[in-house]
Amino acid sequence: MNLKIKATDLRKDILTLIYKARTGHTGGDMSVIDILTVLYYKYMNVNPENIKDPNRDRFILSKGHASEALYCVLSDKGFFPKSDLDNYSGYGSKYIGHPNNKVNGVEMNTGSLGHGLAVGVGMALAGRMDKKDYRVYAVMGDGEMAEGSVWEAIMAAGHYKLDNLTAFVDRNRLQISGTTEQVMTQDSQEKRWEAFGWNVLSINGNDIDALDAAVGLAKQSKGKPTVVIANTTKGCGVSYMENQAGWHHRVPTEEEYAQGIKELEQRRAQYE
Amino acid sequence: MNNIANKQAICNKLLEASQTDKDIVVLCSDSRGSASLTKFADELPEQFIEIGIAEQNLVTVSAGLASCGKKVFAVSPASFLSTRSMEQAKVDVAYSNTNVTLVGISGGISYGALGMTHHSANDIATMASIPNMRVYLPSDHFQTEKLIEALLQDDKPSYVRVGRNAVDPVYEENNIPFEMDKATLIKDGTDVTLIACGEMVKSAKDAAEILAKEGISARVVDMYCLKPIDKDIVIKAAKETKGIVTIEEHTIYGGLNSQVAQITAQNYPVTVIGMGLPDAPVITGKSQEVFDTYGLNAEGIAKEAKKVLNK
Repeated sequence: MNLKIKATDLRKDILTLIYKARTGHTGGDMSVIDILTVLYYKYMNVNPENIKDPNRDRFILSKGHASEALYCVLSDKGFFPKSDLDNYSGYGSKYIGHPNNKVNGVEMNTGSLGHGLAVGVGMALAGRMDKKDYRVYAVMGDGEMAEGSVWEAIMAAGHYKLDNLTAFVDRNRLQISGTTEQVMTQDSQEKRWEAFGWNVLSINGNDIDALDAAVGLAKQSKGKPTVVIANTTKGCGVSYMENQAGWHHRVPTEEEYAQGIKELEQRRAQYE
Repeated sequence: MNNIANKQAICNKLLEASQTDKDIVVLCSDSRGSASLTKFADELPEQFIEIGIAEQNLVTVSAGLASCGKKVFAVSPASFLSTRSMEQAKVDVAYSNTNVTLVGISGGISYGALGMTHHSANDIATMASIPNMRVYLPSDHFQTEKLIEALLQDDKPSYVRVGRNAVDPVYEENNIPFEMDKATLIKDGTDVTLIACGEMVKSAKDAAEILAKEGISARVVDMYCLKPIDKDIVIKAAKETKGIVTIEEHTIYGGLNSQVAQITAQNYPVTVIGMGLPDAPVITGKSQEVFDTYGLNAEGIAKEAKKVLNK
């Protein structure tokens, strides 16, 4: 499969979903989607025909506000019909603005930041206890790194040498109020994680090939959990959104939507 | 006298059940000694996880384990477990509906002279306010064992609070009436009803004996199940006796008293007197000294019960 084309198609799905539903965290969806693409379409052992397979790999979207990205991946993978998303964030819908474990393929409810990595620690410990070889992937936002509970989980994963656990930091450097470094300094992520006993990989997180290589390396790590500091661009793939904090939670107008789709189609053509 | 702390009873029960059920996992937050879990950790290290002093992580890691099929017991001082990790209890245990039993040890004012930081006088209120969270305060070690047995039979979230010290048993070895989510009627009575939870039940039972000597017939209810609370036994008490006294090692805001008053107000209004801890820093002292200060003893309960009858 051409993962670059897949990631571009998913970007179109996300933009369309948000445009139709009139709600969504567009910028963060666009920065994180390449990570999800590499995990779900190349590495992760998950099967919509056997959702509760005890040997499945586990995925937790700790930056739960990027739920549109996850829902677009899960529906594309066949966990539920794409038409289900017509009622995204609608009255009584289970497809809400943060991942909800009533949705096929979602392992745990997230949305409050600072929880997902600790869930992953528990899943990784369970896998070790049961002598299963599944892997656990947790994706966090960089603004989320200000939550103290994250560091409790980082400490525990390092202590227990959970090499079946891989964390990602979607390091797009923007959060609601501005840049992460203005709001609360997050540099150096690399030094911080390393100090807690993690194997640290720092890459361009919108580069499919770099992500592919990083996830492959994480699987080889022995005796240490791996974190991929994914240096990304918020709004990646749509020119007017890129690096704009305002697109954290904004819905495109008709013109913006049309332009975004056009740009993504041009991008897709380059990969064909 | 067969006199052991409720937390010791939990450890004994878990140790026994875990010999054959390898899915049981116990976690603690540098609290294995104070939780009486040292024996468990020594005998079953593969089923025990030390999290360190990190209650938020304790609860969320527990939820992650449970999502992979483990039957998890997360044990930590009630004061920290019920407030510092309340959001983790809400999101990762209750909302995600994971098979985690949160065990709050040394609850209420068990820590005595260690002060307000270590008291948990609001854990019923915090935990009961979370949708899908059940709340239990067993009265003695016999009932604690029955409760743990019942919790091992289901896969729903719950919070259990026990005290630090050994308490005199309410029940007897061969007479431990227990039905899950149904209060235990300890003694029938027609004048007044004493509804207590946790380690206040013994004092309520003793108060009924004092009242009996004065010719007053007191009904005694062990409301170990705070959520779901046994509404029927409360309504029945409201109808069949002249009023109710609630006794709890908890602030009267949001605990047993609030719930009983809510049930009676909506179904059969009667006088409900609440006995609990004050809305103020609790006085320093050993548990019994603190209880005596606030009238949370047999004599104090009997005195309040008579107020119901004099109205």
